[in-house]
Amino acid sequence: MKKQRSTFLFSVLCFGMAFLYIPMVMLVIYSFNYSKIVPVWGGFSTRWYAKLFESEEVWNALTLSLQIAVINATFATLLGTMAGLALVRFGRFRGRTIFSGMISAPLVMPEVITGLSLLMFFIALQQLVGWPEKRGMTTITIAHITFSLAYVAVIIQSRLSGMSQSLEEAAQDLGAKPFRVMFDITLPLLTPGMMAGWLLAFTLSLDDLVIASFVKGPGSDTLPILIYSRVRLGLRPDINALATIIIATVAVGVLIAGWIMIRQYKKQKADQQMAAS
Amino acid sequence: MMTPDADNKANIQSTHSSSVAGVGSRITELFFNKIHEKWRSIVVAIPFIWLLVFFLAPFFIVFKISIAESLIASPPFSSLFDWTEEGVITVRVIFDSFLYLVEDELYLDTYLTSIRISSISTLICLLLGYPIAYAIIKSPDTTRHILLLMVILPFWTSFLLRVYAWMGLLADQGTINDLLIWLGIIDKPIRLLYSHFAVYVGIVYTYIPFMILPLYANMEKLDMTLHEAAADLGAKPMSTFFTVTLPLTLPGIIAGSLLVFIPATGEYVIPDLLGGGNVSMIGKVLYNEFNANHDWPVASAVAIALLLALVVPMMIYQHVQSKEGVS
Repeated sequence: MKKQRSTFLFSVLCFGMAFLYIPMVMLVIYSFNYSKIVPVWGGFSTRWYAKLFESEEVWNALTLSLQIAVINATFATLLGTMAGLALVRFGRFRGRTIFSGMISAPLVMPEVITGLSLLMFFIALQQLVGWPEKRGMTTITIAHITFSLAYVAVIIQSRLSGMSQSLEEAAQDLGAKPFRVMFDITLPLLTPGMMAGWLLAFTLSLDDLVIASFVKGPGSDTLPILIYSRVRLGLRPDINALATIIIATVAVGVLIAGWIMIRQYKKQKADQQMAAS
Repeated sequence: MMTPDADNKANIQSTHSSSVAGVGSRITELFFNKIHEKWRSIVVAIPFIWLLVFFLAPFFIVFKISIAESLIASPPFSSLFDWTEEGVITVRVIFDSFLYLVEDELYLDTYLTSIRISSISTLICLLLGYPIAYAIIKSPDTTRHILLLMVILPFWTSFLLRVYAWMGLLADQGTINDLLIWLGIIDKPIRLLYSHFAVYVGIVYTYIPFMILPLYANMEKLDMTLHEAAADLGAKPMSTFFTVTLPLTLPGIIAGSLLVFIPATGEYVIPDLLGGGNVSMIGKVLYNEFNANHDWPVASAVAIALLLALVVPMMIYQHVQSKEGVS
């Protein structure tokens, strides 16, 4: 009976992971295909990578996307941390309900609605005050910060509510003012959460297609917009090559993060055993 | 040798210097006191104002445009407020755009199709995701961390490229057709891409981590001894599942389902890339009204209609989340 159940769970896991990973593996395999027609194998080749690196369009889009992602992640982490602190540690304040609503709504809001409403807003603003003169990097960055900050705030909120307040209370008992407690105790303890938030905001921005295509201007194509305009018309071997590079970069990043996480977990366990003995 | 006088002087000096330091620290203290009073409001105000301006205000503008008149101009809609000679603002509300949506069967059809597709996809995600989350929980510690990372990893890779990957698998000359022909199940390629089937596969594939993770988080907190208690008391595994496990994991099921259902209803990329011209979903219609037809009032009306369909699920999600936060 027990064995039967574990066989069932094992096959569920195998099926689940295969479902998640086979499409990506196929994407990688076909990036080394010589043939111009993606699904027809024509021998091993790296020519699509060469073609990709030659393309100035791809480089420009990548640079723009990275610039937006870095600025977005930094501002979103700042604003999101403030929002998270306000919601968890400040008790009740006026407008708290609206505030917490505005923090959680962007997480589930369909992108087409956020994109359309921001575009209409930018156009109305331009008619009223003349800013933004033209849409492009600035408008995309503002749009990205708006939804990324919500994700950061959620991470910070969950870290804060999972964090024991004993250190903060001890500092307060020893006479530290709340402001000092915040800077000397709370924020250093929050650093891992803020880093996680920064990384998430960075990838969210790099990944966004729909919102950016609403608020972009002429000539401000981010990488997802460029990819989309190409794959809309069908399969493209150079996009497979680009996808492989992106997947490889992410995999390396996640592996490093995972290794650190497992090591910390083991260390924590060892510490607990030490303390117990 | 210290004379009493010198001793006294030193004393005076030391008190003097300490009082200077005292004044200095009093000033900084005053400064910090000022910050202490105000900093909390500043920390709240900055993100608050940002969201009011860039999140809430845009919705009112969309609402305004949805009740404006479509014009061939730039921007292509009429002004809602008109200054009359007496200086009184007359508000012109035109529900043409909404009437247009209701009268045209195409829109109603698209609306219902979107909700049907996202509901069925959510159900498939739940049926697949639940056993996966459960199997991850039941794995030994180290394996569990690796499996969890494997579920999270697709989150960090491009959403667009994961949809694109299925274009290669489902194409007429694609991997699945090749495999089926090789196995002798079919003689010639069947149409997989640009169909409802492809859209379902795409949604389930890209959204299933959103189902697995809340379920996992919920099951992690679960008291597994309850199972043993139920088993010890003679409950069959099936009845243990339905009377103990399922009710306890209900918050996870609700959170996961809403996280799939809400964004899937407004999905644009998947129906466009995998559904082609054969599948029409509301997100795609909105984008086309705006991008190809330049009918902004209708696009805005579609956005408001979509929002109306999702307001109830969104409020349930918010309620579940805030309850989770308290416990």
